[in-house]
Amino acid sequence: MKGGRVARPDNMSVSNDAGGPRNQGRASLLVAPGEDLGESEGHEAGHGVLEMDGRLRATKHGRVNDNGTEIAIEPLRTAYIPRPSDLVIGYVEGCTNNIWFIDIGAPFNAILPMSLGPGKAAFGGTRSIMDIGEAVLCRVQEVEETHSSVVTMKGMGLRKIRSGNIEQVDPHLLGRLIGKGGNALRQLKEDTDCRIIVADNGRVWIDGEFDGIVAARDQLNAMSDDAKSTGVDA
Amino acid sequence: MGGYGDVQMIDENGVRVDGRGPGDLRPVSIETGVIPVADGSARVIWGTNHAVAAVYGPMECHPRKIQRQDRAVLDVRYNMAPFSTPDRMRPGFNRRSREISKVTADALESVVLLEMYPRCKVRVEIEILCAEAGTRCVGLTAASVALAHAGIPMTDMVVSVASGKINGVVVCDLNKEEDNYGEADLPMGILPNSGELVFLQLDGDLSPAEFQEAWDYNMEAAMVVHEIMVDALKGGDA
Repeated sequence: MKGGRVARPDNMSVSNDAGGPRNQGRASLLVAPGEDLGESEGHEAGHGVLEMDGRLRATKHGRVNDNGTEIAIEPLRTAYIPRPSDLVIGYVEGCTNNIWFIDIGAPFNAILPMSLGPGKAAFGGTRSIMDIGEAVLCRVQEVEETHSSVVTMKGMGLRKIRSGNIEQVDPHLLGRLIGKGGNALRQLKEDTDCRIIVADNGRVWIDGEFDGIVAARDQLNAMSDDAKSTGVDA
Repeated sequence: MGGYGDVQMIDENGVRVDGRGPGDLRPVSIETGVIPVADGSARVIWGTNHAVAAVYGPMECHPRKIQRQDRAVLDVRYNMAPFSTPDRMRPGFNRRSREISKVTADALESVVLLEMYPRCKVRVEIEILCAEAGTRCVGLTAASVALAHAGIPMTDMVVSVASGKINGVVVCDLNKEEDNYGEADLPMGILPNSGELVFLQLDGDLSPAEFQEAWDYNMEAAMVVHEIMVDALKGGDA
């Protein structure tokens, strides 16, 4: 055994360096869960960071983001957790006489009641308006503490999706896809001459000419691959 | 256990049957992303042990009766492949795999922030492809790397190592012969960043002094394995 450090209750302080690894001056440092991120004084614990005994500790595998006041982790993989007012693209997964169940990529299916649906139908006529497997653009209206959610299709631009393609990217990459002030997304729309809607659950609707759709999809995949290649700092 | 007494597994110079010293680990290598369809996955090769762990979720909890309103549940399944041992393992759940699944779930529950996903389930599947000795430790280590790889929030990663006693000498990381003919086996699950213990089993007898020695070996080995785990996560997918 090489002279490894033995952790005992009396020598448990993880890093002698008060600032922890974030003081090493490297941008977007990659951390693993449990890693010490230095003292919590003067810093807020953001996404994926936990404050324990006056020190910050990573709870997710990802890159450290320090904006001066808050230390957060941009995870390499995430699951979508719905929040009220999120714009989402969902698939109809089932229905009862007056409710559709929408798969929005979260742990639980969302509920779309007839009263919030796209049109009026008689009791029992849900499938004549939207059938199982169809894609819809909708907005999260309400999320309970237990993560069950209600979506609505009442609102500007919310509708059934009849054309185009739907692609999936990890939800935490949407910021990168949209860019500062929407620049990257505007550029993508111009380059490919497509209509693109980026939903908060990571689904991206692309509609246009075939070549444009393929080009847009390639760019999305390239971005996902780039974000996953951990060797290069983004 | 209790030992056979007449099987010589360590010589007077402290060299073990496979040439290691008393405090030496078997070689450990870890890869992540070995199962692309899973949300997170890891393969751990530890000596001749091969374990693959895959994580799916958080997802809706089924069956409903195991669902918890305030937190997620961990559904851990440890399984040994029929071809993982020279005498064929009968496929399917048995008493031993049930026990290991349970202790693994209990160890992981103490680090995973389950309260962030109420009513959900996180599925952890551990498959042992080649078994030598200490597969529960390898499986638990693989599972915690896979959970981290899946982006499940956790306060620390569990590292599991076993030490034991052969011919009256305390040694680190038992191999097959030492496990079968040795006198004691002490697998432990350790949180390397805080030094806390989340899992401990003891098979056989150890005096307090021997127990302390085995404990120190495990703690030291856990730090070494933890570095390999972190490197695997930082090095990107296989």
